[in-house]
Amino acid sequence: MSDAVLTPSALALPRPAAVLRRRPLRLRGGAAYALVGPAVVLMLLMLIGPLCGVIALSFTDYQLGAPSFAWIGLANYQDMFADKTFWISLTNTLTYVVVVVPGSVVLGLGVALLIQSGTGLRAFYRTVYFLPVMATLIAMAIVWEFMLHPQFGLVNGLLRSVGLPAHGWLQERDTALLSLCVIGVWQALGFNMVLFLAGLVSIPKALYDAAEIDGAGGAWSQFRLVTWPLLGPVTVFVVVITGIRSFQVFDTVHVLTKGGPSKATEVLIHTMYMEGFEFFRSGYAAALTVVFLVCVLALTLVKARLTARQVHYA
Amino acid sequence: MSRTIKLGAWPLLRHVVLLAGALVVLAPFIWMLSTASKPADEIYSSELHLIPHHFALWENLREAFAKADLWRYLLNGLIVTVSIFALQILIALPAAYALAKLRFLGRGPLFALVLFGILIPPQATAIPVFLLLHKLGALDSYAALVLPFTISVFGIFLMRQFFKTVPDDLIDAARMDGISEFGIVWRVMLPTAIPAVTAFGIFSVVAHWNDYFWPLIVLNSPQYYTPPLAVAHFRNAEAGTNYGPLMAAALVIIAPLVIAFLLAQRRFIEGITLTGLK
Repeated sequence: MSDAVLTPSALALPRPAAVLRRRPLRLRGGAAYALVGPAVVLMLLMLIGPLCGVIALSFTDYQLGAPSFAWIGLANYQDMFADKTFWISLTNTLTYVVVVVPGSVVLGLGVALLIQSGTGLRAFYRTVYFLPVMATLIAMAIVWEFMLHPQFGLVNGLLRSVGLPAHGWLQERDTALLSLCVIGVWQALGFNMVLFLAGLVSIPKALYDAAEIDGAGGAWSQFRLVTWPLLGPVTVFVVVITGIRSFQVFDTVHVLTKGGPSKATEVLIHTMYMEGFEFFRSGYAAALTVVFLVCVLALTLVKARLTARQVHYA
Repeated sequence: MSRTIKLGAWPLLRHVVLLAGALVVLAPFIWMLSTASKPADEIYSSELHLIPHHFALWENLREAFAKADLWRYLLNGLIVTVSIFALQILIALPAAYALAKLRFLGRGPLFALVLFGILIPPQATAIPVFLLLHKLGALDSYAALVLPFTISVFGIFLMRQFFKTVPDDLIDAARMDGISEFGIVWRVMLPTAIPAVTAFGIFSVVAHWNDYFWPLIVLNSPQYYTPPLAVAHFRNAEAGTNYGPLMAAALVIIAPLVIAFLLAQRRFIEGITLTGLK
């Protein structure tokens, strides 16, 4: 949150001098509590309460609609760790993250660098590459499904026309998860590109001139010596954001494969959804949620660590 | 010498690479438009062609609208996203003002809680919130779609950061004029914060228009379906038999946001990259 470069320009108002005078704010207790009251109540009801709730639930055998429930300690976790589906699900989720993060970060950075390296059609390219971020993913997933259609899809049609074998991309075990990864990269690329563009714009031009004077005139050495180090904080940020989002992958899985074929695309949130909202095993689903939460918070912590250590600023 | 050659070739190469990439990125959109414009016999042919021989977009659209009440779903999307945004502002703005400009006991811990709240992914609280709505008997309704999102800790954080930059003199002057603290939020702070509110609004509307997870969980009745749920349902009902109308329906569902985006790209990109801060 501290990355100043990422603050959209609309919000980056210059700090007026008056604020810096540090006048003691007057105590206005009554009014203040009335102002924060609704937010506090809703926060406890919809966010903090449920967060504690999900942790507590994971230690119970609660099932939706059951008249009673019991504390069963770590039994849900023991079941989970003994369940092959959980490990498949976790492995698939990690595979998805490990493919989508580098894929969309590298491509996003590449596109941003290419756009920034010239002046022509900048706005056009930015718009085109950003379009998938805007378009409703569920609708586009259905389009992808048709593009990947074994018989009438565009992808197989193109492959056949150059004499390559066709595949049932979403129906075959070996290609289903990979296909979802491709859709994931396609969707995340534009978002990362925009963040990198913001980062690139904020690099002072004087640094490139200085590098050139010092003999680093080539495009590659300029990238290696100036652009890449200065993009460090943005890159960490983009990697973590994409990682967190990839961990949440659900929409494409639910609408295209339902976790199949034979669990080849089963991912954490989909498993949690099935357990919690199809089989109504709330306690067990809560335990899955806790695992998901730990992964996401761990990523956030990594980011906090890295950004604290890396202080490359001009 | 070599430098001039490089300068000559580079812009061309840049365009070639970027255009090739753009073609790949746009392929699903082009294919959607192409399929939505084809009659069934052209869709189910092994010969690939982009431009339909017989232009059937209107027929496919008519069939999509006849098979699914798309207007209703678009209206649902509008009702849900606008209600969520309005309530988010109504609740977040006063809290953000108090956190930014008033001193009160518990301000520090409250702000820390807001920052912590930002880290919680929405899927994490789904089960307890679902159970709560179940207890309240509020499942399968507009309330179920809207209520959990009325509190946006991210909105509070964003507006608080913005309000910090508003000079205290402005607020003191308003107090001198006898405006209450509530009045200050709406009559002094809100007008200064229009750019931030707009950016947050775009972020919020796009996120909830496109949301699939939560409506899927809380809804049963088609009458409350939001656009993503509607198009997924349409697809399941057609079971891969009728791609023309399905692509036409998908086109209708993405159209409002895509058109709005094309009209105000800069604002949209600003608004959506706000999620980057999340």
